Amino acid sequence: MSIINNAYAQPSDDVDQRELLVEARSVSYRIENRQILDSVDISVHRGEIVTLIGTNGAGKSTLIRVLLQLIKPDQGKVTQCPGLRVGYSPQHVHRDPILPLTVRHFLALGESASLERIRELLEEVGVGNILDYPITGISGGELHRVMLARALLRKPDLLVLDEPMAGVDAASQSELYNLIGDIRDRYDCGILLVSHDLYMVMADTNTVVCLNHHVCCTGHPQNVVTHPGFISVFGQDLSDTLAIYSHSHDHDHSTHHHESEI
Amino acid sequence: MEDFFLRAILGGLGFAIAAGPVGCFVVWRRMAYLGEAIAHAILLGIALGFLLEIQPVITVLVTCFLFAYMLAGIEQDRMISNDALLGSISHLALALGLVALSFMEQIRVDLISFLFGDILAISSFELVTIYTIAAIACMLVKWQWRNLLSITVNQDLAAVEGVPVEKTRLLLIMVLAMVIAIGMTIVGILLVIAMVIIPAAAARCLARTPGQMVVVAAMIGCLAVFSGLYGSLTWDIPAGPSIIVVAGVIFFLVNLLPFRGK
Repeated sequence: MSIINNAYAQPSDDVDQRELLVEARSVSYRIENRQILDSVDISVHRGEIVTLIGTNGAGKSTLIRVLLQLIKPDQGKVTQCPGLRVGYSPQHVHRDPILPLTVRHFLALGESASLERIRELLEEVGVGNILDYPITGISGGELHRVMLARALLRKPDLLVLDEPMAGVDAASQSELYNLIGDIRDRYDCGILLVSHDLYMVMADTNTVVCLNHHVCCTGHPQNVVTHPGFISVFGQDLSDTLAIYSHSHDHDHSTHHHESEI
Repeated sequence: MEDFFLRAILGGLGFAIAAGPVGCFVVWRRMAYLGEAIAHAILLGIALGFLLEIQPVITVLVTCFLFAYMLAGIEQDRMISNDALLGSISHLALALGLVALSFMEQIRVDLISFLFGDILAISSFELVTIYTIAAIACMLVKWQWRNLLSITVNQDLAAVEGVPVEKTRLLLIMVLAMVIAIGMTIVGILLVIAMVIIPAAAARCLARTPGQMVVVAAMIGCLAVFSGLYGSLTWDIPAGPSIIVVAGVIFFLVNLLPFRGK
């Protein structure tokens, strides 16, 4: 069976039967004369991890901002399910030393929460010891975990993580990916992940969307890596490497996920 | 204690207390130029008061509101930078005010008292106005505290978490306009923004949380008013500038403290 090219994901596995959280239909966005997004379709369902991949400047973060309704697309439509609670971790968080803010106070900004709950969540994302640190005094990797905690504090239906691995050391990356997989199961939310770290993406993702201003290809990770659209963006070598990688990986997790073919 | 001196101290303290919270946001959000532009429009308000024969306190307040509302509409992405634009508008407003006042031949306007304040001539009516507006300003900041802080730390995150970003920003600018309008009677058009910024900037070194910084800023402002007024009485120097000088001295002293920046 073939990959669905530049079209809606037909029911590829049973997550598509579940509640649709957010959907973009043929959205286009341009800045001055540059076409950033060109008729892009993407959707996230509850219980699903969708990973958005693409090279620098492919429009990944713009697409995220469109989906979060932070910017209006020039064309196309974005639909969020009513009352959707979104937890968002932006790619860049500017930390200003002019504003004195501890991690605890930063977390309490998004959602009023007891100190107990805040402490618990920081433990959960693996940084229980930095509660009273100034937000400017923690590392980039720690910040990503704090952002994740702030998003989780809202008990989100949809978790949007823009490059959550930036600044995270290699040893912690797989741990963090496992955590994200756990979160999907525990909170029963949909997760939209932006990444350019292709090796790590493959593990827990249900759907990969490969973006290069338009959607090059979309589908199950195993199939996407061999798709001509993927190869045209990332090259044959990477495709070969990942095909082997994802294949062997699927054996490890065969009971873990819905493996039905698209 | 003479009545006029008591009124001066009370008026100064009312302004200093209201300037604490809003001053912190001005420092955090880099709104100093915006505040200065609002202050410079005050002469137009005074001219309007003379023209319509209304209490200038009222026309000054209305002018500040209108001007602040106009400035709030300035968008980021344009061909001229914000500081250049605000710097131009600011001094244009000042020049227009001076021109407008020059037409009012029948009144010998004491320009110096408008430009540098006339705290020792505060009337009971002005005192009541100062406290009413200061109370409203403080209550508005307290009411919207978390939203204000949230848009200051990260606007995208605030928007995703359901904060009405534009409305909150407009509210802050209006509160700033209120505080500037009452501060004008204390330290004058040219110095009012200093009294908003300096105590807040000095408070940074002594605070670990946003709330602490607000309280410390208000306290430093009060200290400056007290000492400035006594200095003015003792050495027969102008009151408004003395208050600012004291605030400046406090700013430099706290920056010499060994534990600053914590």
